[in-house]
Amino acid sequence: MLHVLRQIARTGIKTEPPPSPAEEMVVVARLQEQILRTLGRALTIRQVDAGSCNGCELEIHALANPYYNLEGLGIRFVASPRHADVLLVTGPVSKHMAIALKRTYDATPDPKLVIAAGDCGCSGGIFGESYASLGRVANVIPVDVAIPGCPPTPTALLQGILAALSKAAPPAEASLGAPAGTAG
Amino acid sequence: MNVSPLGIATAPLACNVPAQRCPVSSGQLITACRLAWEQGGQLVALWGSDERDRERGFCLRVLLKDSDGLTLLEHTLPDGGARYPDLSAIFPAANRMQRAVFDLVGVQCDADDQRPWAWQAAWPIDQFPLRRDFVASPKWEPGEEDYPFVRVAGDGVHEIAVGPVHAGIIEPGHFRFQVVGEKVLRLEERLGYAHKGIEKRFEALPLAEGYRLAGRVSGDSTVAYAWAYAQAVEAIAAVAAPPRAVWLRALCLERERVANHLGDLGYLGNDGGFAFGLAQFSRLKEDLLRVNAKAFGHRLLMDVVIPGGVAHDLDAEAAAALRAQGASLVREIRVLRDIYDEHAGLQDRFRQCGQVTVELAAKLGLTGFAARASALADDLRCDFSMPPYDVLAVRKITQTSGDVAARVAMRFDETFESLRLIEALLQAMPSGEIAAPPSGFPTFAFAIGAVEGWRGPVIVALESGPDGTIRRCHPHDPSWQNWPVLEHAVIGNIVPDFPLINKSFNLSYSGHDL
Repeated sequence: MLHVLRQIARTGIKTEPPPSPAEEMVVVARLQEQILRTLGRALTIRQVDAGSCNGCELEIHALANPYYNLEGLGIRFVASPRHADVLLVTGPVSKHMAIALKRTYDATPDPKLVIAAGDCGCSGGIFGESYASLGRVANVIPVDVAIPGCPPTPTALLQGILAALSKAAPPAEASLGAPAGTAG
Repeated sequence: MNVSPLGIATAPLACNVPAQRCPVSSGQLITACRLAWEQGGQLVALWGSDERDRERGFCLRVLLKDSDGLTLLEHTLPDGGARYPDLSAIFPAANRMQRAVFDLVGVQCDADDQRPWAWQAAWPIDQFPLRRDFVASPKWEPGEEDYPFVRVAGDGVHEIAVGPVHAGIIEPGHFRFQVVGEKVLRLEERLGYAHKGIEKRFEALPLAEGYRLAGRVSGDSTVAYAWAYAQAVEAIAAVAAPPRAVWLRALCLERERVANHLGDLGYLGNDGGFAFGLAQFSRLKEDLLRVNAKAFGHRLLMDVVIPGGVAHDLDAEAAAALRAQGASLVREIRVLRDIYDEHAGLQDRFRQCGQVTVELAAKLGLTGFAARASALADDLRCDFSMPPYDVLAVRKITQTSGDVAARVAMRFDETFESLRLIEALLQAMPSGEIAAPPSGFPTFAFAIGAVEGWRGPVIVALESGPDGTIRRCHPHDPSWQNWPVLEHAVIGNIVPDFPLINKSFNLSYSGHDL
């Protein structure tokens, strides 16, 4: 136990201030401000891999590491779409995942947002549309925010998620837990 | 493999490890596989291709590996109605590959198990995407199949269905558990959800550009795939990458190995109830990826390996940063390993959990680091003379217990060995050019690239078409072999240990589903 505590003390706090939201990633401002306000700062995300190469998943995992500390911003990943405010969808949507993705979307309570992550999710990417792939996420369910990149860096993912949220909160609440004076 | 007892003619096969190709008849196919098994060989890959446009019907290719190298058996079927013998009695891993060959190419084997594998009702079952006359229709809607899972009956037995959308941040797949109480009687996997037509997509790309798609077959093994693809292209063009490029490729491959092992060590701690481990290892992995981005322009090293060489050179400053990071990682991981080893609760979860005995591993054809955790000592980096590993004396690491604890120990040991290799590569890195792009590709040339990725052997079989096009490309992930073994590894374990066992293998869905 002592060496665990020693290691924690030696490591210190690695968390960095979050990046600013990237408004240019917002595709559609679909939700009314008052509805979004109910999502508040406790945002829950259900991630759906709809056919990615798993590169995007590696970077989404990185959001949980101490540097980005997503949970420190009040945002967390949940195990069921029924608990989620946001679907974070990766991949070109494979035809084999299309039904599961639509069902996941239907199972997510309103109001909800959809973020398409990665070049494949935004445009179909290198896989495109084919006998087996339906291409971009927006071809299957409505998309609010699109985060390009192959894969998007954790910073880009955070910017996209915060852009979705910044629509949600009036300016006073928009700092999203960043300690005073550390923003930017 | 020594095929002389069969009296089959052999020809050399263009590959970066010793390899031969042999045309075989239906009868010879099965005797050759039996002989390979008796000589200690294993099935590496099995795929088909449509050769009707060249008046050659269909070709079934079976790639075997033993201590002599690779042997490619090529069996020609005159038309789509002809069947080939079932190889799954000799190599159980052949089962799913044979089913996928039917779904995609439309040639059938004479096995009892004719259930679809790659097909899930997204296209008509009598249409075969990898046939050259296949035309996809925009009218085909995604459908639902009624897959005949094997059920266990009896008092108190119930079924748990999981996926394809999992509870965590995981790729899509379906698991069907038959359990009594919390004990797993049987697990059946249904994969194929990430099938996005990669092999067909290759056929629309030029040989010189397919490396980008190869690097996205399985994102966590992007260096391994891009390197295997590049090897195949270079073998077709009969050129070699400059020495500095080869060393830089190995540097990237070992950093990819370390990154994946660090990530999984964190999650293995977390799944064992030790969140501290995840925080620490994910921090180290992030440090590694950030230095990757500075040194090579991409955190996961995508598109760094290209046919003919590498796309980014390493300057002195970046090399120094890599060496400093290597030394610091060794120190940090030693501390964490002591903590893992001495943590009674964690060790209690790891030991005797998800055990694969050496006999089972050999019978099912387990491969890669998971096989080495079950005392099967195969590693392409050590077994064949392959630059730059031939001058680095790679230490082959094995464990014997075949449980989660053994796979955790493998990851620690391989991480230390990779960090040693990285330091050795950086110390003696040759100078010179980093790329000599190949050009002037012959038509209908066939080659194989083989690389020991972090998970196991990654194979790319490539055939050129006219004017530098890709006629056929089959990438093969070691997950094909290891997924069926996972079904066995969980038998008799409790359901809550499944995530831990699963993570200890961490198999690729995308690399398997294609």
